[in-house]
Amino acid sequence: MDPSRKRKLRLVVALSAALLLATALIYTSFSASTEASKPSEIKPGRSYELTGKVVNGSIEHRGSDLRFRIRDRDGAHSVPVTYTGVVPDPFRDGREVIVSGELQNGTFVAERDSLVTKCPSKFTEDKKAS
Amino acid sequence: MEYAIALLVLAAVVGAVLSVPLRRRGEAERRDETRLAELDAAKEAKYREIRDAELDHQMGKLSREDWRAVDRDLRSEAIEILRQLDRLEGRTPDGGMDR
Amino acid sequence: MAGVGSACLAVALLTALYAVGASIYGARSGRPEWLTSGRRAIYCVAALCVGAFAILEAAFLRSDFSYALVAEGSSTDTPTFYKVTAVWATQDGSLLLWATLLSLFASAVLFVTRRSLRDIAPYATAVLGTVAAFFLLLMVGWENPFDTLAVPPPEGAGLNPLLRHPAMMIHPPILYTGYVGFSVPFAFAIGALVARRTGADWIRATRRFALIAWMFLGTGIMLGALWSYTELGWGGYWAWDPVENASLMPWLVGTAFLHSIMVQEKRGMLKVWNVSLICATFTLALLGTFLVRSGILESIHAFGASTIGVQFLVFIGLVIALSAGLIISRLPLLRSEARLDSLLSREAFFLLNNLVLVGLCLVIMWGTFFPLISEAITGTEASVGPPWFNKIVTPLALVLVLLTGVGPVLAWRRVTPAALWRVLLVPVAAALLALVGLLALTDASDSPASLAMFCLVAFVITVVGQELWRGTRARRTMTGESLPRALRRLTGRNRRRYGGYLVHAGIAVLFLGVAASSAFLDQRDVRISPGESFEVNGYEVTYREATAKLGGDSSGTGAPISFGAVLDVRKDGEHFVMRPLRNYYASGDPSLGTISRFFEGEATSEVDVRWGLTRDFWMAVRPDIGSLDAQIREADEKFADSAGDVQALIVAALAERYRGNPPPAAFRAIASPLVVWIWIGGAIAVLGALIAAWPSPEARLRRVRSLYSARVGRELSRA
Repeated sequence: MDPSRKRKLRLVVALSAALLLATALIYTSFSASTEASKPSEIKPGRSYELTGKVVNGSIEHRGSDLRFRIRDRDGAHSVPVTYTGVVPDPFRDGREVIVSGELQNGTFVAERDSLVTKCPSKFTEDKKAS
Repeated sequence: MEYAIALLVLAAVVGAVLSVPLRRRGEAERRDETRLAELDAAKEAKYREIRDAELDHQMGKLSREDWRAVDRDLRSEAIEILRQLDRLEGRTPDGGMDR
Repeated sequence: MAGVGSACLAVALLTALYAVGASIYGARSGRPEWLTSGRRAIYCVAALCVGAFAILEAAFLRSDFSYALVAEGSSTDTPTFYKVTAVWATQDGSLLLWATLLSLFASAVLFVTRRSLRDIAPYATAVLGTVAAFFLLLMVGWENPFDTLAVPPPEGAGLNPLLRHPAMMIHPPILYTGYVGFSVPFAFAIGALVARRTGADWIRATRRFALIAWMFLGTGIMLGALWSYTELGWGGYWAWDPVENASLMPWLVGTAFLHSIMVQEKRGMLKVWNVSLICATFTLALLGTFLVRSGILESIHAFGASTIGVQFLVFIGLVIALSAGLIISRLPLLRSEARLDSLLSREAFFLLNNLVLVGLCLVIMWGTFFPLISEAITGTEASVGPPWFNKIVTPLALVLVLLTGVGPVLAWRRVTPAALWRVLLVPVAAALLALVGLLALTDASDSPASLAMFCLVAFVITVVGQELWRGTRARRTMTGESLPRALRRLTGRNRRRYGGYLVHAGIAVLFLGVAASSAFLDQRDVRISPGESFEVNGYEVTYREATAKLGGDSSGTGAPISFGAVLDVRKDGEHFVMRPLRNYYASGDPSLGTISRFFEGEATSEVDVRWGLTRDFWMAVRPDIGSLDAQIREADEKFADSAGDVQALIVAALAERYRGNPPPAAFRAIASPLVVWIWIGGAIAVLGALIAAWPSPEARLRRVRSLYSARVGRELSRA
């Protein structure tokens, strides 16, 4: 084979390999991704990754259980949550959280250790609010 | 007020520092020196490449023929640099005293 | 003094713009005095930024709450060390730090190259000036760190307790030094393109800066991981958080750059690739800064909804567009001087390693921005978690470590399979030996990926050892020196090469720690009362007693309340005591009760780690302060308007109650094998980078000497 054709062949092989890998990447990311749902969107019968804000004053410790309510980020609809496991440090009233689980009898029963606290106000609380 | 005064003072100081080179001429003489330093660095780099290639050859990372070719090229480039250095130093009075 | 600080920034902005104008004018008109003036302008920007930074530091140290920034980020009861470092925990302060470090770095490189690279340096000065001007503009226009408050509050909000950790406070400046450092090779690459000097000159001049930037960025990433491990209370060191990813991406592309420039130096190839890589690295560094600032991706680290996201995006867009345009317009000049002779050659493997590194970066970028991508495509925000990242990154990491070992033994241009086999024989044997040993003696086969990594690590380390041995032997036959002397001179004379090999060994050791600790850690979460025990990884852990301390926890974070536990850990006659704590910081929220305020603020885990070369034992405690709820509410009502010292007494009484009658507490215990080798490997890699970046003594001396002798010559001729 002459060198220029060989090079062209190499290029084609490399490009198709890259294309294949990229497709695999896109496919796995969409199939592995989890959709976050708001409290107003969830229904019983399947599991969700619930996201929203912790309702102020709703956090209660019952033995090893943690109970609190999550409400829509921009709304008042809320659901009660029961959770066991490790609570992240920044977990507080009003913080944005994600937790996975399932709605059972009107209560969102969370999987163990699935609670993640996001903190949109970050290190400086609402600094530019003024 | 404090801001305005500080602004003026700082701007004046910076302006003075920046205008010094503009008022001073006679860069041409310095240019030789610059060129000299540049060539010296190039020579140094070339020597390092020659030594590097030799080490590569010794460790079997460059075949004998390849190393011969690379070495020949590098050496001729180094000679060219040395020639330029000499030419430049020939023009600089007493410049040869460091060789 | 706030006015002086603002003035410093305003003058620095004008000076940076002047530097851009003067350098370009000087280069176009061929008038060197303008170039000198432009270079000095950058020095002046550095001086002004340092001045502004010093003023801000002083305000933080004095706790001068008339500065809005000090009131937000510090307080009188913040320990002094954290007062100093609180400057860059704020958004405006960290912008100032960026600008200061950038101008210092720029000054250093312009000073070093002041006598060389006459064609390229002026344009590089202009690029550096532009970047500095952008950051100064952000501060002058939108985020002035010297904003003052008309009515200073009596007390500041204090530094976020999560940040009160030594690693976290030195992490930003080190990370920024890395980000900023990459602007130097970027500026010179752009300068080389503009000046049409597309040889390897700009690479030789800035290689060292790229290496130093790479080293700092890597150190910053490691410190961030260390912070995560010891402060965040979850026990891991890497969570694929957007901000972690943002720092890793430029590091990966920067690593690719450091390798591929060698191909341009040696063979005159990959020129387009190199300038593209450095432009990408710099863009990613900006993107990293932007991600932290903008809050477009949710992350626990980021600084929150910011006012300067748009400006950053515009600047990043401009950088990408201008550098892409410039590269395209210079394509004819960037033609390769040589062809790839063989796929079995060092340059081919460097190319492969580049593809893997850039591929890794693209994968991480895809995962990081996936919420935005999925929202754009499907309309709902979905995210990919650590399992996805681990699945994709693991095979790439394995290939990368393999290349770390193969790369150093390959010859340039081509190598025959027979010759390759000769040098790989011993390392492959070492890897197989490791495989057999691990299968026979341990349960490493439970995790095939980790097992593969262990073998690769053995392979890489043997390669590095063998390279040293072969080099020493070659030098001895050449010079007849004794072995130790030959080794010393060999490594001393070829610092870049052997420093680089040391980095390879360090990275392999790091991955040893990652592979072992990710696959074989033993973790237990329990909830027990004093006197009860649990077992993890053969260790018997007994909760001996609860502790409650007011004021001054042992690590000096200034926390007012620390609840904790004392635990006895026993295994095979070995016995040690662990004392994890949880610190409570008072909340500034006035709607809370006077006493509950003390417990409702931020809380942080102060984990206790027993470090070990074979195994770390990690312990965090979460006391159940819910059991004090009733008493706290009662106290809130009874002592609603009590004075500070009465409140202190009440809190002390509550703490005493917790200590004397402790409820069950939640513990997380982790036995993590070999995790300490992550930090050791990182340190080895940093040391290697330092060795590689260190100027070789004889070259430096000779250059200085020749400069002096040239001056002697000149001055003699004048006399």
